[in-house]
Amino acid sequence: MAPVLEATGIVKRFPGLIALDQVSLSLTGGEVHALMGENGAGKSTLIKAVTGVTSPDAGEIRVEGKPFQPRAPHDAMARGIRTVHQELNLVPNLPVAENLALGRLPAGPFGIRWHEVRTRAEAALARIGVTIPVSRTVGALSIAEQQLVAIARAVDRWAGEPLRVLILDEPTSSLDRAEVVRLFDVVRRLRNEGVAILFVSHFLDQVYEISDRITVLRNGRLVATGTVAEIPHLELVQQMTGRSIDLESRSGARSRAILGESTTLLEATSLGKRRSVSDVTLTIRAGDVVGFAGLLGSGRTEAIRLLYGLDRADSGRLTGRGPGIRGSLRAGFGLCPEDRKRQGIFPQLSLRENILIALQAQRGWWRPLTKGKQRGLVDDAIARLRIAATDAEQAIGTLSGGNQQKAILARWLAAEPKLLLLDEPTRGIDIGSKADLMGEVERLRSSGMAFVFVSSEMPEVVAASTQVAVFRDRRMVSVFAGASVDEPTLLAAIAEGAPSP
Amino acid sequence: MRGFDWRRHSALTTLVVGVLIYVGCAMNFRGFASLSVAMNLISENAYLGVIGIGLTFVILTGGIDLSVGALAGASGIALARLVQDAHWNPLLAVVAILVGGLALGMVQGMLVARYRLAPFLVTLSGLFFCRGLALYISKEARGIDHPVFKSWTDFAVRLPEGARLPIGAWVFVISLMIAAFVLARTPFGRSVYAVGGSAPSAHLMGVPVQRATISVYAISGFCAALGGILYSIALGSGNPIAGVGMELDAIAAVVIGGTLLTGGYGSVWGTLLGVLILGMIQTAITFQGTLNSWWTKIAIGILLLGFILAQKAIGARASSGP
Repeated sequence: MAPVLEATGIVKRFPGLIALDQVSLSLTGGEVHALMGENGAGKSTLIKAVTGVTSPDAGEIRVEGKPFQPRAPHDAMARGIRTVHQELNLVPNLPVAENLALGRLPAGPFGIRWHEVRTRAEAALARIGVTIPVSRTVGALSIAEQQLVAIARAVDRWAGEPLRVLILDEPTSSLDRAEVVRLFDVVRRLRNEGVAILFVSHFLDQVYEISDRITVLRNGRLVATGTVAEIPHLELVQQMTGRSIDLESRSGARSRAILGESTTLLEATSLGKRRSVSDVTLTIRAGDVVGFAGLLGSGRTEAIRLLYGLDRADSGRLTGRGPGIRGSLRAGFGLCPEDRKRQGIFPQLSLRENILIALQAQRGWWRPLTKGKQRGLVDDAIARLRIAATDAEQAIGTLSGGNQQKAILARWLAAEPKLLLLDEPTRGIDIGSKADLMGEVERLRSSGMAFVFVSSEMPEVVAASTQVAVFRDRRMVSVFAGASVDEPTLLAAIAEGAPSP
Repeated sequence: MRGFDWRRHSALTTLVVGVLIYVGCAMNFRGFASLSVAMNLISENAYLGVIGIGLTFVILTGGIDLSVGALAGASGIALARLVQDAHWNPLLAVVAILVGGLALGMVQGMLVARYRLAPFLVTLSGLFFCRGLALYISKEARGIDHPVFKSWTDFAVRLPEGARLPIGAWVFVISLMIAAFVLARTPFGRSVYAVGGSAPSAHLMGVPVQRATISVYAISGFCAALGGILYSIALGSGNPIAGVGMELDAIAAVVIGGTLLTGGYGSVWGTLLGVLILGMIQTAITFQGTLNSWWTKIAIGILLLGFILAQKAIGARASSGP
């Protein structure tokens, strides 16, 4: 069958990086095609290229055999290529009916023909087999219902031009199971009508449940494409992460036992939160480094938020700290968040101030540290972590990413926590900085501090951890201790879930 | 109640409060519940009402227009000078000033929409510019003595019980009708709400966001000029310091009328109620007789705070959702 949309040899360069390198994608009418890849793989750029949001530097796009060079999103929509994003599909303050008609409201001399708007809206929802009262305000609907309204709008849009390609960009990321089922019913319905559906998701089970074919991108390159049968779970995970069992010997395995009886700092039993993450069962003792492994969106960050108290769990038990963030601070826990630019550094403040701010906050503002103590702490941190700065007074915003990350680690270490949760501390920093960071983590671990360590880099997780918790589709699926940790085991767990009993 | 979005009907709260204040005043003050007092409420606040209508458009998009009071002042004194000293036909002068107000609003709208400047700052500049312009046109108030103009000042439809509706009240009522129609029943009006709800979404949905943004500031400028003209007609003169602080009264009226400062929710009917409530408070304090007129401001302050708190409560309820 001839493809509805065919993109070949797409190249897109940004200053200093190639976002897409000779990537091809072919969508056939009546198929659900999953587009997979980790962060920065090029999924978004590819979608933007075929929907006219950005124009590729090279390559060719054809729609039903005819060349297609979209200059604006409007061009793609007019050709029947429509996208439902994670958000920004609808205006929350207006009713469903109006949202379906916005931008093309029918008006006569006596104003908008509201009756027609409502009838058309009901028809559009009925066409995808959904009933939602069209007078409801969109903001009052659940996320799932909003997604369905957005799909109805995409299907209905530009009456003369039929929907050919529907791009669903992570539509299920905040839906619960029943809502996913409802969404998939609509997707299957559209597929049976001959629409090509491009499905972007981080949830492996859902991908295998709904998709006919899979295309995998990694670092801007096409690494695999084929039917679901041709790309089984493990293969998919290997392609996405670029880690292959054949290449890695099992020598990565290591045993790291904690010496003697060590105190338990935090114990979680079936901890979970609806629409966030479930089944977090962990015991963190002094001297532990608990690695969190899993794909992007698998629930690692959510688990950290629950453990630290940024989010409140609605199921399970947690012992070891009082409620909320205050409970974590009192128990001596620290959190180093994922997005260091937004949640971590104060770019205008000096390196010294950035390092000392948490310690000072902990002591209370009326008990300032003496200058000498400040200098001692900061100089010590700079030396041990090898932070490359002219001096402690340099504005942290002018340092490299790796050095900023070291400073944030130093900040939490200065407060001498018992347990430090590190969310992707090594993302986007150079190898040398990584080594310095991980060296410090190991040194502190052996002196009795505990860490939770999230990383997308499998070898790092294996190398640093005393136990590894594996997350998959927003569940903690298994935990491996000491000697049983190696890359193949982790990859298998990520791909297949808990080992079947 | 599931599915009932209080934010879309927040003017109902204003209506209830307005009725309570009215009944309260009517029971306490003899002669308050008369047709002439009611008509006076409309005619004496007509200029504020017209300015409030324009401002409602801007606030519905999530913007703000601080220049309206100063623009009204500049319009009044410009009218006086054009008619009195340049000997323009009053009608021609009115048209010219309305076009001027529209143009000034449009320029502010372009600065907000095209260059993404903060509406607060753009229109604050507009405030200073217009007030300066007004004082440049004339340092002192200027009476207008022209037969056509005088006929406007004297015009009024007489109603029973000695009540009368002057020209300002008619302009207010007609503007209100037009604005209500535009907002509720035209694609442009709906795009104003869409922009206030989520400008990026609206843009992706094919709503001309820039055009809508520029238009609301133009409408606001037009209404401010019209308000200034009505104020001059009512007084029979132009005054360069007329309308000082009026932008704040207008904002208060719009917010009390249930329009959210964050945009997306509200209506000109709410603004009408807001203006009437402000007027009633003023009238009540006049009727009371012993209270200083500054009590009006104190009452408005308390009322405004009450409404903001009520909106916050409603907003929190609505966003916690079903």
